[in-house]
Amino acid sequence: MHKELRSHIISFLHAGIRLDGRKLTEYRKPIEVEQGVVKTAEGSARVKIGETDVMVGVKLEVGEPYPDTPDEGTIIVGAELLPLSNPEFELGPPGIQAIELARVVDRGIRESKALDFRKLCIEPGKKIWMVIIDICPINDAGNLFDASSLAALAALQDAKYPAFDGEKVDYKEKTDKRLELEKTPIAVTVIKIGDKFIVDPDVEEEKVIDARLTVSSMEDGTLCAMQKGGDFPLTIEDIDKMLDIGIEKAKELRKHL
Amino acid sequence: MSKIIVQDKSIAVPGETLAVGMDMLPGSGTYREGESIKANRLGLAVIDGRTIKLIPLSGRYIPKTGDTIICKVIDVSFSGWRLDTNSAYSAMMSMKDATSEFIARGANLTQYYDLGDYVMCKIVNVTSQKLVDVTMKGPGLRKLRGGRVIEVDPNKVPRIIGKQGSMVIMIKDATKCNISVGQNGLVWIDGEPLNELLAIQAMRKIERESHLSGLTDKIKDFLEKNGVHRTNV
Repeated sequence: MHKELRSHIISFLHAGIRLDGRKLTEYRKPIEVEQGVVKTAEGSARVKIGETDVMVGVKLEVGEPYPDTPDEGTIIVGAELLPLSNPEFELGPPGIQAIELARVVDRGIRESKALDFRKLCIEPGKKIWMVIIDICPINDAGNLFDASSLAALAALQDAKYPAFDGEKVDYKEKTDKRLELEKTPIAVTVIKIGDKFIVDPDVEEEKVIDARLTVSSMEDGTLCAMQKGGDFPLTIEDIDKMLDIGIEKAKELRKHL
Repeated sequence: MSKIIVQDKSIAVPGETLAVGMDMLPGSGTYREGESIKANRLGLAVIDGRTIKLIPLSGRYIPKTGDTIICKVIDVSFSGWRLDTNSAYSAMMSMKDATSEFIARGANLTQYYDLGDYVMCKIVNVTSQKLVDVTMKGPGLRKLRGGRVIEVDPNKVPRIIGKQGSMVIMIKDATKCNISVGQNGLVWIDGEPLNELLAIQAMRKIERESHLSGLTDKIKDFLEKNGVHRTNV
């Protein structure tokens, strides 16, 4: 369906330039991170990458631990792709896209051990804190993965525990105790179109991708999570190159946090 | 004798009374209520003889008979194609208006125009219910192959085209790009990457500065200053 657009984009990429004039591995500007945008949430953030705009809220609830990890708290990530953000999104139960987005963000935070789940335990086997992270794209102009994971991280950084007396949580009262973020896993999605690699795709580029790899890495460049998407396979050399780009670009994004 | 309330080329807001009396005629963007003529939308009121019309400053495209527009194919049916006109109303192009080629009974229509293709077409009729009929028979009306389509403010299209096409011809000459401007605010453009970007920047500049005088000279300077990246042919 997008054959002509694809060949046009590839001819641009061979000239070392993108449809909007960016270089191949250049993020859109400006990248803005705003924390504490939602009063009713324990922590919140709004991230803009170019025209892409994502809001993330963090709620803290007290619940029961899973039987196999009685002394660990947990995180629950949900994404809702609102129709206001993209005409192609529809209301209703989350689709493949929303589930994938939530899982990629979840995996980045979970596998990097950014949150020490043991510290979320209140009473082993009985009470734990559940960290609920909700992702709401306000405008989808491409690259929701990177924007959402950056926003989720910023919201976690912003989050403060509500008052808890051992029985009930008082959401109207926030304490000064913050969620401790031990690491900052940043996700960078590297796209393969033809034989070129780009980051931060816009809507048109997202229509014609061959493959994408979301690379989450930490401050020291350690990998913590990956997710492959798109219809085309990747060779080992491709993945090596994409990892290098992903880790390099994560350093750039981390400065905005 | 009717009384004209607004000054020529002043800004009018929706509902504002522009003139009172039956001598004056309401033009596009205005309507008559009782004796008075009122503005339909935000724009510049222009008095042209006995008619008052409104040049809109913003807003989406509204299909008008005779406009040449760029459309995207959104549906292929048994008898023709449904096109997205970049407005609230979609257009229908029937088989007989689509091509001068003979289309056999039961032929696969996607071989002519497939989903997602862009075509340049002309509006032949707009009903009162805003059902739009378009044709592709006419000079310059064709399927747009290669290149890309960008969106501009449809109200700025006359400025992008310029007087007798002067502005768009200047951009074409300076950048060696193929450019087709649709009156619905879609512009098709195809050229060498750097030149194409320059042409788009020039059009964005026209959009931003369309209200300023001496625009043609400014764009000329802009095109010269930013260099023409000529490739050897």
